[in-house]
Amino acid sequence: MQKKKNHGKTFAGLVAIVCFLAVVLVLDQIIQPTDSMAMLLKVLQKASVYALAAVSLNLLTGFTGLFSLGHAGFMLIGAYTYAIFTIEPLQRDVVYQYYDAAIRVSFPQMLAQHLGGLGTVLGVILAILLAGAVAALLGWLIGLPVLRLKSDYLAIATLGFAEVIRAVFQWGKLGPVTNGSNPLKSFVRINSFKLTLGGTTLSLSTFVPVLLAVVCIAVIVLLINSSYGRAFKAIRENEIAAEAMGINLARHKMLAFCTSSFFAGVAGAGMAMVLGIAQANNFKSAMTYEILLMVVLGGIGSVTGSVIGATLFIAASEWWLRGLDSGTFLGINAPDIFRNGFRLVVFSIVIMIVVLFFRRGIMGDKELPDLFRRRKKTPSKAKGGQSHG
Amino acid sequence: MAKFFSVLLPYILSGISVGGQYALIAIGYTMVYGILRLINFAHGDVFMVAGLFMVYMAGSMPLYIAAPLVIVLTVALGFCIEKVAYKPLRTAPRMSVMISAIGVSYLLQNLALYITGGLNKTYPDIPWISDNVQVFGATTKWVTIITPFLTIALVIALVLLINHTKVGMAMRAVAKDFETSQLMGIKINNVISMTFVIGSALAAVGSMLYFSNYPGVVPTSGAMPGLKAFVAAVFGGIGSIPGAVIGAFVIGICESLIKGLDTIISAFVPGYAALELATFSDAFTFALLIIILVFKPTGLFGEKATDKV
Amino acid sequence: MKKMIALLLALVMVLGLAACGGDEPAASADPNNNSGNNGDVAGTVKIGVFEPQSGDNGAGGKQEILGMQYANTLTPTVEIGGQTYAVELTYADNQSSNDKAPSAAQTLISAGVSVVLGSYGSGVSIAASDTFGDAGVPAIGVTCTNPQVTAGNSHYFRICFLDPFQGTVLANFAKDQFSAAKAYCLAKQGDDYSVGLCNYFMKAFGEADCVYETFPEGTSDYSSYVTNAKNQGCDVFFAPVSTEAAALIIDQAATQDLGMPMLAGDTWDSNVITGAAQGKSNVDLYVTTFYQEGGNPEFDAGFKAFLNSDSTYLTNNGGNDMIAAVSVMGYDAYYVALEALKAAGSTDPAAVMAALPGVTFDGVSGAIAFDAENGDAVRDVAYVKHCVTETGSWEFVAQQGV
Repeated sequence: MQKKKNHGKTFAGLVAIVCFLAVVLVLDQIIQPTDSMAMLLKVLQKASVYALAAVSLNLLTGFTGLFSLGHAGFMLIGAYTYAIFTIEPLQRDVVYQYYDAAIRVSFPQMLAQHLGGLGTVLGVILAILLAGAVAALLGWLIGLPVLRLKSDYLAIATLGFAEVIRAVFQWGKLGPVTNGSNPLKSFVRINSFKLTLGGTTLSLSTFVPVLLAVVCIAVIVLLINSSYGRAFKAIRENEIAAEAMGINLARHKMLAFCTSSFFAGVAGAGMAMVLGIAQANNFKSAMTYEILLMVVLGGIGSVTGSVIGATLFIAASEWWLRGLDSGTFLGINAPDIFRNGFRLVVFSIVIMIVVLFFRRGIMGDKELPDLFRRRKKTPSKAKGGQSHG
Repeated sequence: MAKFFSVLLPYILSGISVGGQYALIAIGYTMVYGILRLINFAHGDVFMVAGLFMVYMAGSMPLYIAAPLVIVLTVALGFCIEKVAYKPLRTAPRMSVMISAIGVSYLLQNLALYITGGLNKTYPDIPWISDNVQVFGATTKWVTIITPFLTIALVIALVLLINHTKVGMAMRAVAKDFETSQLMGIKINNVISMTFVIGSALAAVGSMLYFSNYPGVVPTSGAMPGLKAFVAAVFGGIGSIPGAVIGAFVIGICESLIKGLDTIISAFVPGYAALELATFSDAFTFALLIIILVFKPTGLFGEKATDKV
Repeated sequence: MKKMIALLLALVMVLGLAACGGDEPAASADPNNNSGNNGDVAGTVKIGVFEPQSGDNGAGGKQEILGMQYANTLTPTVEIGGQTYAVELTYADNQSSNDKAPSAAQTLISAGVSVVLGSYGSGVSIAASDTFGDAGVPAIGVTCTNPQVTAGNSHYFRICFLDPFQGTVLANFAKDQFSAAKAYCLAKQGDDYSVGLCNYFMKAFGEADCVYETFPEGTSDYSSYVTNAKNQGCDVFFAPVSTEAAALIIDQAATQDLGMPMLAGDTWDSNVITGAAQGKSNVDLYVTTFYQEGGNPEFDAGFKAFLNSDSTYLTNNGGNDMIAAVSVMGYDAYYVALEALKAAGSTDPAAVMAALPGVTFDGVSGAIAFDAENGDAVRDVAYVKHCVTETGSWEFVAQQGV
């Protein structure tokens, strides 16, 4: 598939990403929370987290052909791990109001004692990495029994695991660690990220989650373009043929599953950072479905597609279509129709249309740079699915 | 022994009742899976919509008209869903169809949210079956008593239909081999529609029993019963109707017992410190699912088939 | 062609479902419904209404909004710094969900509100607190009783009593009235309100004498919990959960003949509960609340007339014109916000926040003043009501302090 490496294109891509990050950094400074454009920042923050989650799910469904519905469970683990290890020590007893907190380590605070401001940053990074690592470890444990299953059986087994994880985290007897079913809060969230240079303070509340997503997605892209990635695609196309070519099925499936779990855990940590609250109840299977729909919207098997799908999904549901819920949309005032819940109805109809008629999603299995490339052959159109009468 | 009986009986009664209602939903899952190899995620939501149909219609017409009409409308809904969301994807990969099912489920829940305004709708009282009755000293509703009998009667009728009618034979043939049965002249589209019609009708009956027992309908009412019914279908061996029914009763009873486990243990073990085991009432069902999938993927009564796992 | 037919079928399906609910009046209120249109106004001041209009607490949130809307029709303008401003209520639905709350809060902030009222339900208030704090917009909690809403911040105020108080009142009431020795406490997992209130109840009642259980979200079968309470030999059944769950619990309690009094906090003071308990003679139900209908006849008459003036209002109030205590609290909260705007002399959120600690108001539910420590209302009395199951109405039992 991949022709010769085009260094010019890679360089152009890098420049584009750096420019995008710079724009986000500038926006972060000029938009105040009370501005009407503040919604843009909120959308960017949330979309970057969901984009990472969608790309990590796509690594499984789109690139390896493993249909997993347990993503919310891994994100839950990431969110809790991150939250527990970054809770402000002075607030810990307030947060664990009904329990005697068992884990009393706060990475940012611990490292800040020795390294100052740099320590806080390192502490946060450490907590994020740990969030991913714990999720990956659990992914490995879950993968041992369930990766033998195929297709929809794998999907429901992982779905079941996510539900079991959610119940365990809500169990009162684990309260000293997880705070029972009660929310964790007062940990390092995006608004805590500020950079003081000289006399001016730079707000990094949007820049940090976007940067986190960019770095993680870049790592996933590198993995996909490596020999491992080609093995994943071979497994997706035909397991038996892949095995015959000498690809170790079990090992590669496990690698894909654990990597996906790792980044789902990181996305969970990002989610906690953005929401400022971590609670098991928020990570229901409905969240997995939403992420899956983002992947489908963007195109199964396209990384940029997942990013675009997640961004559109969040922007539409949180921002652009809000008017559908509150009486006025596009200047049309019809409070009887545009009432609570209409936004989601319109939204789900759009998704059904995509699922049924544009099955390849926005990008198909192409990436964004592919579109700029001049091609003689036009991309093959979505095949209609009705050979039966 | 008497103590054992008096402590456990209320849990088992409510477990049997819930189990019977799960069974009626589970049949829809197991039949569709048997024929299309599709987990119809929207089935639980069809069950919820049937509840809403009843809520809105009971206000404007007498019950003896409303109840059959609810069944007809639910059947129409199930039929339309198949025609719109699944039929165009018949040759697509299984994953696409499953995503379509998730999309339909999302759509139905959001429509229900829009129509109800997100508020809890009180299910109308159905005369007689909502009344109370005493059984061995435990008080319960009539619906609890009749659910298992009604369920078993419906299942027997269904099994007779499948084993002794032409359309039943066609169903078995399609379930056995999709392609070949088509070559043998079976109109598979009719067979598939029939499957959805039967499944939806049973879901409508199940919703009447379920919501008479727990009279509140919200947009997410169908999600959990749907998932549990699906687990029941897997537990019994997907594709097998008696298996789905037995699985549903096992899950219903276990779930009810787990909610009361702390109380039950403390009744027999003095000085037992509560472990808050009720937290796991839902999770148990899923743990059971995983155990079954890992150790006996074909379930209790499922046939061995290489393409399943 | 096939696609066209499929699309058509989809449309028919959607319309069919929508038609089913067609007779249902609009659920959410029109944002511009009640904005004042006085001729000589200097401008508009926006008050944010951060309430659940769907989800578990949707019914309660809508009743709370009704109180604010009523107050807004009575007093649609406010004098700020010598100029008259029209007051506009801006709504955001937090969907009773902790993860939807921050973005609902952000919608209000982006709309440029000066002060926020809400919410019904403590969890969403706690979840959105940081969003308000970061933007420097003050919020006035109306009926969120969990201490964590206002603890450790300077932007969240509250006009109702707190759970440590309410829990103690209920525990004392259980001991005094029923000489209860053992209590069954039921809370919803992850719900700050019910978990918190059960916790304070158990502290006051004696934790060793309580059986505490929680149920997961999406539960509809409560029969096992009722059985548990009976089997454990409890004397009172304490379940301060959302009205949605409460209706099902009451139904099960009646079916299984619970045989002990049921107690709950302010959320159960709702016509959803009286509706569920009506005609069930074996249900014995007590709640603590902020206001007793009849406490202020003038308000009662005015509010009932307001409810009956519009079918939407009546639907949002649960179909009848019974006055919910949360509506009264919503009404008082609106006036507290106006007082704060007057005292601030500006529509700037920061000025309002600075003015709020000094605001006092003599409301329908009693005199309101904020304490210096957390910005909580100074309140030391709660009303206890009993449900008359024959008529489905409340009767006043006692005025209870700690």
